[in-house]
Amino acid sequence: MIVRILGEGQYRLADGESERLNAVDDRVMVAAQDGDEDAFRIALRELVELVRAGDPVPAEELLPSDAVIPAPDADLVESERLLSDEGLIPG
Amino acid sequence: MGLIQRFTTIFKAKASKMLDKAEDPRETLDYSYERQLELLQKVRRGVADVATSRKRIELQAAKLEQSVTKLDGQARQALGAGREDLARTALERKKAVQTQLQGLDQQRQQLETEQQKLTEAEQRLSAKVEAFRTQKETVKAQYTAAEAQVKINEAFGGISEEMADVGLSLQRAQDKTEQMQARAGAIDELLASGALEDMTQTGDPIDRELAAIAQTSEVDAELAALKKEIGPGEGPPEQIGSGQPS
Repeated sequence: MIVRILGEGQYRLADGESERLNAVDDRVMVAAQDGDEDAFRIALRELVELVRAGDPVPAEELLPSDAVIPAPDADLVESERLLSDEGLIPG
Repeated sequence: MGLIQRFTTIFKAKASKMLDKAEDPRETLDYSYERQLELLQKVRRGVADVATSRKRIELQAAKLEQSVTKLDGQARQALGAGREDLARTALERKKAVQTQLQGLDQQRQQLETEQQKLTEAEQRLSAKVEAFRTQKETVKAQYTAAEAQVKINEAFGGISEEMADVGLSLQRAQDKTEQMQARAGAIDELLASGALEDMTQTGDPIDRELAAIAQTSEVDAELAALKKEIGPGEGPPEQIGSGQPS
């Protein structure tokens, strides 16, 4: 599967990795729902590291991603803004 | 998938709007490519804008550094002359300038990070746009509309995602730059109002007083030299200009 880290690029992960991604993703989600900034940052960081462990997709390859995750330094507010309708793609 | 699912869905919906698609994708290939080049130009301008802001902050920081050095010297000079009140004022101002400096340094680092990220984003997009151009030419030359549709779908998906992603990075950098500029503007005003720089310009109160002290001590020294020359306690000499003490 191809996963894009926003602001960083795409990585190719073995299909079996999606289970591990899901497990961490659940924690990111819970932290976001609780508004727990610290837990959010830690879980997001873990998610990012998991994706980075894959192979970077070369810049000259044009592939759609199977999943997209926030930038590693995104905070809760920014992520929420990205998820809101107007926030994601400016102009 | 919780957050990832939401994120992916929304991102892809937005990304698909980055490029218009026509019935025959071959028709829109060139138009899409133009859009990509436009975005690339925007990103390059964005990098230049961030660099300019960073330069401005660095210049301000250099000015403030000079103020710190100057104020420190003034404090020492004042204390040496026994003017603790003046020394305190100088040190208070030094402290204020140092606080501004710390803020500036954090912002400089943030801008540096943004510049770095945007430069990398520009390089990625640039490589992808070039890859798109190559595929576009191949598809136009060799495939029917139906075949082209299949061939180009992935490329469209890949390039529009990249464009959306870069668009976000650009927006982020612009937001940061705007914040910096507001702050830099405030510091410029402070500098212009003299609140920070007064101390380093001739004619500021501490400089004037220190100059006065220096003048006084010069006068004292000259007076002492004169007294030694002429000798204390003697009556008015008959020939003031005659020179050698007896």
